[in-house]
Amino acid sequence: MPQVTLTVNGKSATVEVEARTLLVELLREKLGLTGTHIGCDTSQCGACVVHVDGVSAKSCTMLAVQANGCAITTIEGLAAADGTLHPMQEMFREHHALQCGFCTPGMVMAAVDLVNSNPQGLSEDEIRHGLEGNLCRCTGYHNIVKAIDAAQGLMHAPAAQ
Amino acid sequence: MYDFTYAKPASLAAATAALATEDAKAMAGGMTLIPVLKQRLNKPSVVVDLSGLGLTGITVTGDSVTIGAMTTHAAVAASAEVKRAIPALAALAGIIGDKEVRHRGTIGGSLANNDPAADYPAAALALGATITTSKRAIHADDYFQGMFTTALEADEIITSVSFPVPAKAAYEKFKNPASRYAMVGVFVAKGPAGTRVAITGAGQGGVFRHAGFEAALAANWSAAALTGVPTSDADLNSDIHASAEYRAHLCNVVARRAVAAAG
Amino acid sequence: MNAVFEGIGASPRRKEDLRFISGRGNYTDDMNRPGQTYAIIKRSDRPHAKIIAIDTAAARAAPGVVAVYTSTDLAAIGGLPCGWQIHSKDGSPMAEPKHPILAEGKVRHVGDPIAVVIAETKQQARDAAELLHIDLEDLPSIATVTDAMKPGAPEVHDGIAGNQCYDWHLGDADAVAAAFKSAHKVVTLDLENNRLIPNAMEPRVALGDYDRFSGDYTLYTTSQNPHVIRLLMGAFVLGLPEHRLRVVAPDVGGGFGSKIYHYAEEAIVTWAAGKLARPVKWTADRSESFMSDAHGRDHVSTAQMAVDADGKFLAMKVHTVANMGAYLSTFAPAVPTYLYATLLAGTYTTPVIYVEVKAVFTNTVPVDAYRGAGRPEASFLVERLVDTVALELGMDRVDIRRRNFIPRDAFPYQTPVALQYDSGDYFATLDAAMKSADWAGFPARKAEAKARGKLRGIGISTYLEACGIAPSKLVGQLGARAGLYEVANVRVHPTGSISVFTGTHSHGQGHETTFAQLVADQLGVPLSQVDIVHGDTGKIPFGMGTYGSRSLAVGGSAMVKAMDKIIAKGKKIAAHLLEASANDIEFKNGVFSVAGTDRSKTLGEIALTAYVPHNYPIEEIEPGLDETAFYDPANFTFPGGCHICEVEIDPETGVTTIINFNAVDDVGRVVNPMIVEGQVQGGVAQGIGQALLENAAYDASGQLLSGSFMDYTMPRADDLSNITVGTENTMCTHNPLGSKGCGEVGAIGSPPAVIGAVCDALGIRHMNMPATPQKVWAIINGRPAA
Repeated sequence: MPQVTLTVNGKSATVEVEARTLLVELLREKLGLTGTHIGCDTSQCGACVVHVDGVSAKSCTMLAVQANGCAITTIEGLAAADGTLHPMQEMFREHHALQCGFCTPGMVMAAVDLVNSNPQGLSEDEIRHGLEGNLCRCTGYHNIVKAIDAAQGLMHAPAAQ
Repeated sequence: MYDFTYAKPASLAAATAALATEDAKAMAGGMTLIPVLKQRLNKPSVVVDLSGLGLTGITVTGDSVTIGAMTTHAAVAASAEVKRAIPALAALAGIIGDKEVRHRGTIGGSLANNDPAADYPAAALALGATITTSKRAIHADDYFQGMFTTALEADEIITSVSFPVPAKAAYEKFKNPASRYAMVGVFVAKGPAGTRVAITGAGQGGVFRHAGFEAALAANWSAAALTGVPTSDADLNSDIHASAEYRAHLCNVVARRAVAAAG
Repeated sequence: MNAVFEGIGASPRRKEDLRFISGRGNYTDDMNRPGQTYAIIKRSDRPHAKIIAIDTAAARAAPGVVAVYTSTDLAAIGGLPCGWQIHSKDGSPMAEPKHPILAEGKVRHVGDPIAVVIAETKQQARDAAELLHIDLEDLPSIATVTDAMKPGAPEVHDGIAGNQCYDWHLGDADAVAAAFKSAHKVVTLDLENNRLIPNAMEPRVALGDYDRFSGDYTLYTTSQNPHVIRLLMGAFVLGLPEHRLRVVAPDVGGGFGSKIYHYAEEAIVTWAAGKLARPVKWTADRSESFMSDAHGRDHVSTAQMAVDADGKFLAMKVHTVANMGAYLSTFAPAVPTYLYATLLAGTYTTPVIYVEVKAVFTNTVPVDAYRGAGRPEASFLVERLVDTVALELGMDRVDIRRRNFIPRDAFPYQTPVALQYDSGDYFATLDAAMKSADWAGFPARKAEAKARGKLRGIGISTYLEACGIAPSKLVGQLGARAGLYEVANVRVHPTGSISVFTGTHSHGQGHETTFAQLVADQLGVPLSQVDIVHGDTGKIPFGMGTYGSRSLAVGGSAMVKAMDKIIAKGKKIAAHLLEASANDIEFKNGVFSVAGTDRSKTLGEIALTAYVPHNYPIEEIEPGLDETAFYDPANFTFPGGCHICEVEIDPETGVTTIINFNAVDDVGRVVNPMIVEGQVQGGVAQGIGQALLENAAYDASGQLLSGSFMDYTMPRADDLSNITVGTENTMCTHNPLGSKGCGEVGAIGSPPAVIGAVCDALGIRHMNMPATPQKVWAIINGRPAA
């Protein structure tokens, strides 16, 4: 079986997997990182979004072997080592941007990437379009949009850089 | 997913050799292949990952934009040079799939797969692109041969795609409300290859050129010139989201919007 | 005593959120048991077929396979029970065909489970499932209620004539007929309520475990009501007594009704775990969810309203055919009857109503309650009919509503369709919503849009719902096979911290916060001192679960009752310690005091005394401070309100864009306004989804055409606008909290407002949902409906 060596949330791991193993399966089943969820089988819901070498990717649409040598960040690795939440996590809680919590890890990881890649700032409309790859069935997105808008203010603030 | 052998060759020669295996399948970004494998709709013996071949990067000269096959949609969308030379191409890349697809999906993968609802085929055909492979250069006019069908041989690998810089171009897309793939996507261009209109998402045979729109625009490059120019619905897709008749109508609406956007 | 007020009416941030935003939630699929095996269900890809033969030999021989089961292996266990029995007009009980765990002899819908393959890994099980040779012989099939009722239609179940489950009615047919005869005008509207697929983001999962040394079974499952699953599966399917079966539902990733029901997979994994003495886990793929989770809605109706010349409603008559799918899901028969027909008075004084409901079987996935369940169908029908009456009489849509509203001083109000509304003020919610939506400014906005070549429309819905289900005696008379009370156990620990065990179960509603606020408020302790425990039959005395917007109104009331007992006992202990009469003890803000004195004891001191009863009236009362209450509601609760939607249509493409959505609801007492707002927004999003985007499309034979997110249009962020939510509350008069419920109002109130807006923009009488670009374009261009 192929061997995959990757860094997950700052820790190196070497795992044997079948070639057909998806990255999300490696994370959930081999590494016990169950914060990354599987909500569909057609690459549309975004519950499985993680960061691969710093940018967002759907871990259900990536083979584990493709992540060989990559640095992965999952929702479990987003907060600082001392437990301080990332501003996006903080704003999701502050603005009630989650209900059942199932889409939340992927939504948060996608939102962090969205804000990171748009330092010029995003309008409400741009945030809505930027979430095209993530489904939420609970919130109607209203508070998610609010939370991301609030978080971009914090993430782009001079103190955060 | 059925199990398979995974290969990640480091050279074109090695990749070509690996693809010579019966039922071998090349994988670029995997954005289409992996979902297909997950549905067990394909049973490759070996999956040949092309990401070790380099093949990334964008070169812009005075009259062309050449994009390495493994360049991601996100990289094309963000490229200042592409935005300057062919803004329509950067804009198209920026609305393919969602941002996670754009981070991993590649131009080579999109063109090799030739999904009937993919975006890049419309740009390649309308701009008269040249698809360079491990074996030869293929003009877009000869490359697209129907839904999921191209001129590529089984062991042939796209290395780069070169687009002549047009005088005017734009891409507009009407998305399938559910899948968000193109239900009708129209790329209009006026350039070295002439006045060309390529439509994706609508046709049963994949991307196609619209002779009626091209003639009208060649005579008069304006959205108004397309008013009343018909699209036959005989060869258009029909599904729960759009009948062939509705798609035919949208071809005209979307084409007019594209021309207006192209200026 | 709290630095920051966190009681009833405050919006503290949710207690559950830290784990969810950190990836530390514990959903069923996150759980694994030592020695676990994996189940894959082989399902029918045909709508209707005879099973000629199933050859399992190759699958059994495949690598890693532990077992393969078909219906013959399950001969000793029962089918899935139905929890509600409806009687037809003629008094006969509904047709209730067996709903086998695995198909017996025939498959009746795409997705009907045929066999289960259990292997060491999920991939091995999936590989082996492909080796099953299943010989099916296609039978004629039907997907729509219209086709099901045609003479000579194929029978979904042998011997059930006309595929009819029941033919039920409610109301006074003669009085309606008389009123129709003498009316100024009778307005008729044909309409359909489109079939939906709930699509909670967490797919269903079931993990069965068995301890062969104790004989104990445990089922971990994605359920809104673990006690109901224990009851149904234990008693009716597997024949297991309650003390041998524990059902655990950990964090649940959304449900919207679809996780109420007892599903075959739960029984399969539990039974197989016992057979194999190994844990068995099944996790649905999303495309499997599309064909195995209960669907919602799917009604075809004709509605008629008799009016006088002033637009006063005189009588209403409704005929509805409801699609049950191929089998009866757990609560399916109740949805188009007692959760639908009883709501047809809406917010209006229509004096006489008669409704006939036929339920029929088709070769489609079973249909059951989905967010709102019956009430969205009722509100859509009533509100669309009211708009149509206004149009045909040339009256204003708002004026006709005001003219027919139940007056403020008419409560309690007895409707002609069995329900008695306890409270409401429909004028208040209407006025507030019209103000919020700037209804008066609409003509100017429409003109501005017209100048840009766009069609603007505005729609209004002044809906009513009944929830907080439900009085057990009443529902028993109506055919329910269960009680619908709720249970709470409030345990004050020796040091004064509190655990509350509730039979309701959050699947996103934030119960850990709302209920803790309620308890903190009533017992005067900090929020951090209260924990809510739910979702485990091994911990909670009993319960009926979370659905029908009942958790606060019924479950919260049970907590209030249990807390009343805590306070009463505390008073006795305090009286002893303070050497006073219990009658003179007051309890306020967490302190027991002797009225008119400064002598007092805190709840913590009382709790410690109760558990360390050295100085204690031991002969009068028992030690401990732990009380349980069962609360059976006296009536339904009746939230209602006004939803206003404004849309803009691009006539070239038929695309409808939501410009804004304003909801003002009456949900009774609000414990956490932030959570109420979120619930309404989420419900409205699902209502907009039904109105504009979502449709479970079948072809005529019963093939599911919208079988994945590639074809079923889920609302995404850019499909929606901001959703402005307000409340104008009147109190529920019959529960101790005054709360009515807020979980479903959004999904119930919004669809008619959206379609009203689309029809207004297009200048048409009515269109059925969803108003997709293709359909809207076809209407604009005079094409036959697609």
